[in-house]
Amino acid sequence: MTSLTLVRRIKARPQVVFDALTTAEGIAQWWGPDAGPVLVAEADPRVGGRYRVRFRMLDATEHESSGEFLEIVRPERVVMTWRWKGGVEDPGESRVEITLKAVSGGTELTFIHSQLHDEETRRGHEEGWTGALDKLEAHLAAVTAA
Amino acid sequence: MVNYQERLDRTFMALVDPTRRAILAQLERGDGASISELAKPFTIRLPAVMKHLDVLADAGLVTRSKSGRTVTVRLRPQPMREAMEWLRRYERFWSSNLDRLAAYAESKEAAARRKSR
Repeated sequence: MTSLTLVRRIKARPQVVFDALTTAEGIAQWWGPDAGPVLVAEADPRVGGRYRVRFRMLDATEHESSGEFLEIVRPERVVMTWRWKGGVEDPGESRVEITLKAVSGGTELTFIHSQLHDEETRRGHEEGWTGALDKLEAHLAAVTAA
Repeated sequence: MVNYQERLDRTFMALVDPTRRAILAQLERGDGASISELAKPFTIRLPAVMKHLDVLADAGLVTRSKSGRTVTVRLRPQPMREAMEWLRRYERFWSSNLDRLAAYAESKEAAARRKSR
């Protein structure tokens, strides 16, 4: 199972981070990988509720993703499904899981995007992906070094 | 021509199997190997190894060349690079996205503190 994990320390309380993550008002302020604008931000932060975000990047391309909230525990945890509209990059549905932990000075945020590129492989093996990716990394390092 | 998504599907599918990953790891260590050399560390039979090699070859991860009675299998790393690049794009996207979330949440927190003073 392909997955991506990122951890961030944020100098804000968990409830502030949680609301920034799960409310349309919050999402509209920061969403997107660069300074391009958020064009649509909709969120219904309850179990079974949906969200939709559309943003434009500085290169003028527009991207939209949407999904359903699977778990909402304010201010600790949110789990949602994820799908790119159009699906050029990745046609499948994946899963985003964010956990917020109060630490001194603010919040530790753990972000996991999992089940990436998984629809075909899910039926096969439950074998851990991390191992495969470690090998890939090692291999690529070896190839580059050769 | 096989498109990008199909190529990625095949790469990820090929890599999900532990035996196939072990075969690739073996190939990494040298400049090609014969099928019987590849089969040696495994308890599975030669035909099963051949099947795994078919999957790897379909994904473009190995090439096979025949010389006399010996088939030499070699690693072809391009599809792995493509798969890694695909994952890295996600990583870049979320990394910048979370930086912006952090900056926004920190500014909200600072504003709330000023207000409560």
